[in-house]
Amino acid sequence: MKPSKKILPKLYMALILIFFYLPIAYTVIFSFNSGRSLTRFDGFSLRWYEKMFSDANMMNAIFYTIVIALLATAISTVVGTIAAIGLSNCKKLVRGVMEQVNNLPLTNPDIVTAIGLLMFFSALGVRKGFLTMLLAHIMFCIPYVMLSVMPKLRSLDPNLADAALDLGATPWQALIKVIVPQIMPGIVSGALVAFTMSFDDFVISYFVTGNGVNNISILVYTMSKRVNPSINALSTLIVVLITAVLILINVVPIIKERREKRRATAVALEENGSE
Amino acid sequence: MKQFRNMALPYIVWSAVMIILPMLLIVMYAFTQKGNDVLTFRITLQNFVRFFSDPIFLEVLKRSLWVAVLTTALCLFLGYPVAYIIAQADGRKKMLLVLLITIPMWINMLVRTYAWVGILQDKGLINTILGWFGLGPVSLIYTDFAVILGMVYNFIPFMILQIYTSLTKMDKSYLEAASDLGANKIQSFLRITLPLSLPGVLSGITLVFLPAVSSFFIPKMLGGGQYVLIGNVIESQFLTSGNWNFGSAISLIMAVLIMISLYITKKVDKNGQSEGGK
Repeated sequence: MKPSKKILPKLYMALILIFFYLPIAYTVIFSFNSGRSLTRFDGFSLRWYEKMFSDANMMNAIFYTIVIALLATAISTVVGTIAAIGLSNCKKLVRGVMEQVNNLPLTNPDIVTAIGLLMFFSALGVRKGFLTMLLAHIMFCIPYVMLSVMPKLRSLDPNLADAALDLGATPWQALIKVIVPQIMPGIVSGALVAFTMSFDDFVISYFVTGNGVNNISILVYTMSKRVNPSINALSTLIVVLITAVLILINVVPIIKERREKRRATAVALEENGSE
Repeated sequence: MKQFRNMALPYIVWSAVMIILPMLLIVMYAFTQKGNDVLTFRITLQNFVRFFSDPIFLEVLKRSLWVAVLTTALCLFLGYPVAYIIAQADGRKKMLLVLLITIPMWINMLVRTYAWVGILQDKGLINTILGWFGLGPVSLIYTDFAVILGMVYNFIPFMILQIYTSLTKMDKSYLEAASDLGANKIQSFLRITLPLSLPGVLSGITLVFLPAVSSFFIPKMLGGGQYVLIGNVIESQFLTSGNWNFGSAISLIMAVLIMISLYITKKVDKNGQSEGGK
């Protein structure tokens, strides 16, 4: 093949990756700017980091984001798994209807879900704040958990739980010792999706919160109306954390696999040697 | 396993209250006027009449659809080659490229959108680079360009990943058969690869169009206060002017438009598949 034919895709890929990462790099660089400008780099400093850590609003937003994401993930994972197990044993009609209902928060635009919840909470007379935000997050996280648990349940052998019951296990034991361990991968990936959905949410949180309870997204939105380089510091913090976690998740299995391969070859060699 | 059936009950109740009821509230508010009680409301089409008889709102609706369609088209034409290149790459490189495309998706959208504010400013990065060549300055921020750029930037990973998935699922032996039968590369792309990746293209289109048509923070951050899309109108009806009835009616109009487009995409998908099955 002619070299010119191979260069074009590489060039295109490079341009796309620049497009993807330029804004992120820009943010990281300007978080170390000593000046206030978003366009002129005046020199290296950590002043925006200092400012971020001493800013009560920012610290509060980080705190609420993490607490709500953890609580919403824990609750929606448990509730979603229980509901998925229950539904997988329901009649087809009930299951079909519930799958449609579950799809509503996923296919509706966030803003529609958000205003529905806003009017619902105010009709109940609940004060907008931490509780309403948490309830809303649980509401949109559960469908993601169910969506990743359901396929695992479908491929489950129903005879296994029946066998456990026949052999004298209580339904609780059958559930915990037979069903849950088999659907664990689905539960874990559901929890991961729920966590990131909650952590990143802006639209729904923005409509249902109040009384000074903000998350990181809402903070960035309200702060971005004025030039505020502390946002860059906060963004950099998020970028570094997320990249580290993603690399860890992606690289650890590769290392593990390699180590196992090495061990396997070592064992094979040893066996060969002993023959 | 009938013992476990009751476990679904709490969630059925929960979703009736937390999912269905809020949706019903939107419909109820959309067909009533302010000041009506829950018990003594009168059904009216006033909110819809107001929307469709006001040229300003129609203009906003038209612009929102235009921006969303353009964003979707750009994501498709820029994203398809990326997905194709990744699908052609081998093993480790493929994994790395997929990871590189995914990483930005995990970073908060607000944060990523805010990053463009500095780049697009009058004295920002792009205008500085243009200045080196004696060009510009061009005003970029607070224009259609900035808003569409922000949307493409935020939503293109969805398109790339959907198309990539359908390309990797493709049976490679079709391509071998085509080249054995004398098809050249362009022919086999147009007649095999492209039709077989259609499901991915269509779900990519849905995943981009849906958030693009309803987005309100991208136009606000990159388009400025004057740039109004349908999402911004809904936001201001709920959070500043406090006319929930009118806001609900607009969201209902938007939801119906989206449902229609989803329906059309699904229809196209089914047709494409039945043709492929012949």
